[in-house]
Amino acid sequence: MTSTKASTFLALARSRRKGPERVHPLVYVVLLVVGFVSIIPFLWMLTTSVKEYGDTISLKLWPWPPFGTSQPRFDNFIEAIRIIGVDRETGLPLFVRYVLNTLIVTGIIIASTVTTSVLAAYAFAQLNFPGKNVLFIIVLTTFMIPEELILVPRAVMMNKNYLNWYNTFLAIVAPSLASAFGIFLIRQFFLQVPRELFDAARIDGAGHLRYLLTIMVPLAQPAIVTLALLEFIWSWNEFRWVQLVTASANMRTISVGLVGFLQTEGGPQTHLAMAVAVMVVLPIIVLYLFTQRYFTEGIVTTGLKG
Amino acid sequence: MTRSPSRTWLNRRAVNEALLALLFLAPALVLFLAFTFFPIGFGFVISLHNWRVGPREFVGLGNYARALAGGSEFWSSLVATLTYSALAVPIQLTLALALAYLLFQKVRGKALFRVVMFLPWVTSTVATAAVWARLYSPDIGLINGALKALGLQPMRWLLEDKGIFTLMARDWGLPIPAWLTGPSLAMVSVVIYTTWVFVGYNMTLFLAGLGNIPPEMYEAAKIDGANGWQLFRHITWPLLSPTTFFVVLITIIGTLKAFNHIWVMTQGENGTQTASILIYRQFYEFQRAGYASALAFLLSGVILLATLIQNRIAAQRVHY
Repeated sequence: MTSTKASTFLALARSRRKGPERVHPLVYVVLLVVGFVSIIPFLWMLTTSVKEYGDTISLKLWPWPPFGTSQPRFDNFIEAIRIIGVDRETGLPLFVRYVLNTLIVTGIIIASTVTTSVLAAYAFAQLNFPGKNVLFIIVLTTFMIPEELILVPRAVMMNKNYLNWYNTFLAIVAPSLASAFGIFLIRQFFLQVPRELFDAARIDGAGHLRYLLTIMVPLAQPAIVTLALLEFIWSWNEFRWVQLVTASANMRTISVGLVGFLQTEGGPQTHLAMAVAVMVVLPIIVLYLFTQRYFTEGIVTTGLKG
Repeated sequence: MTRSPSRTWLNRRAVNEALLALLFLAPALVLFLAFTFFPIGFGFVISLHNWRVGPREFVGLGNYARALAGGSEFWSSLVATLTYSALAVPIQLTLALALAYLLFQKVRGKALFRVVMFLPWVTSTVATAAVWARLYSPDIGLINGALKALGLQPMRWLLEDKGIFTLMARDWGLPIPAWLTGPSLAMVSVVIYTTWVFVGYNMTLFLAGLGNIPPEMYEAAKIDGANGWQLFRHITWPLLSPTTFFVVLITIIGTLKAFNHIWVMTQGENGTQTASILIYRQFYEFQRAGYASALAFLLSGVILLATLIQNRIAAQRVHY
């Protein structure tokens, strides 16, 4: 009773606060400058990716009309893809192969992480069993284990004396198939669902599995989308692990391919290096712009994974 | 005495529920066991060996002794790691908190600003580090171009292994003693990049924390005549402390593990060989799995220690 009163009072107090508040003009200056600094590298990357080699050397920021006489060179993208080479196995350009590999790997990781996380989160949120708290703490400790600690043994496990998965998709995805982050995130959502809903479903004859699939999963959809998006970005951007467990060019993912290109032909040819970088970064930026509210929510509710 | 039927029914239901829970947990637990917990033990075994592709030899704690020997590359990598952390954490967090505080007013275009500030965190570190490596280029980089346009002296940024204090002494004739070299300019350049990547992310966390402070607190204090600084010092700072603690913790841990961008920008050259770079090089370039594993255990010990110290401080200073 008192808490309702208090919350009404707080709500009233807040609504009263909605008067026009003056923001110091200097605040806008600061925010504009900081925001501009934040996007300059992206703008430079985009413009450089369509420059001619000569214009990158002579440091022309805008070599096109009205400030210059060059024309934007969209051929840079084609040239970069041509230089990266052709996959002997399929005859596809290697860059296309990198993209396909990344999509396959990312797809497997998302499907597996979402499934394992939803199931485990349901067990932790809804079911009673002995040792629940201990198991949950064990899951949470995987957050605390630095990747550096298990990087080398994981990689050794993949070679031919052990699992013999080296240079396969299995090796790339294996460490990312389950996620403590995902279990935690979805469990937080499941815990908010009132228990009475389950009792009602039970009376209607629904078992746990049906309740999970028809009621809980749709309710937790925002959390599941957040998890899928973050996993997409993390595996799209993953570099070190894939570099360690792949050998042949046609097993590379897009980030490893980019580093390979930077260390070879892309190094001196800034315009081509930036063309590849644009192709790596642009899909993620577009995806992010359409889905950004899920990111902020997911990061604020769990706050993890810097 | 006969057992009541409802009791057996309850028991059966409890057993069934436990079995179902086991079934639901099994996939995740098996994966964690195989690819997270098992590798810890396996890594320790590896660290006790001279682990090569051919015959391997048990060396006991030899790899640890080698890593901890005076003047070893582990110590210098630890210095580099801690330097990176000591520079990156305060710069990043002060800026993030200041921006969050500015943005917490009724600012127009707030949503757009947040989206823009978050972009560097979302995009591939490898790609953005490659962009920055070119912005830092001594000959064709945008940064030196801007310096020259302003009539300032261009610098070698990521290629500079001299300390920043040494450079100041050289360029501006400041009376700085020769032993005080400071972090290398390459390291400082990496820190600037890191700030660019993480400021928006940390700002988002701070904004969420600010949103949890009841606005009535500010109004009450304003009625009592508190000024802007007093509001910050006596309301925002203490009430934000759980968020601050959390952000400081993940940022310190994050900086202790930093890898991708350092690898792309310098490959660990010019005073930027942090512990994770050293581990990776020892394993990837020299196939020294045993030595690399020993280094990984030592680095993890440092990370654990940092976490424990943080928790100890938090117990005294954080107002929950």
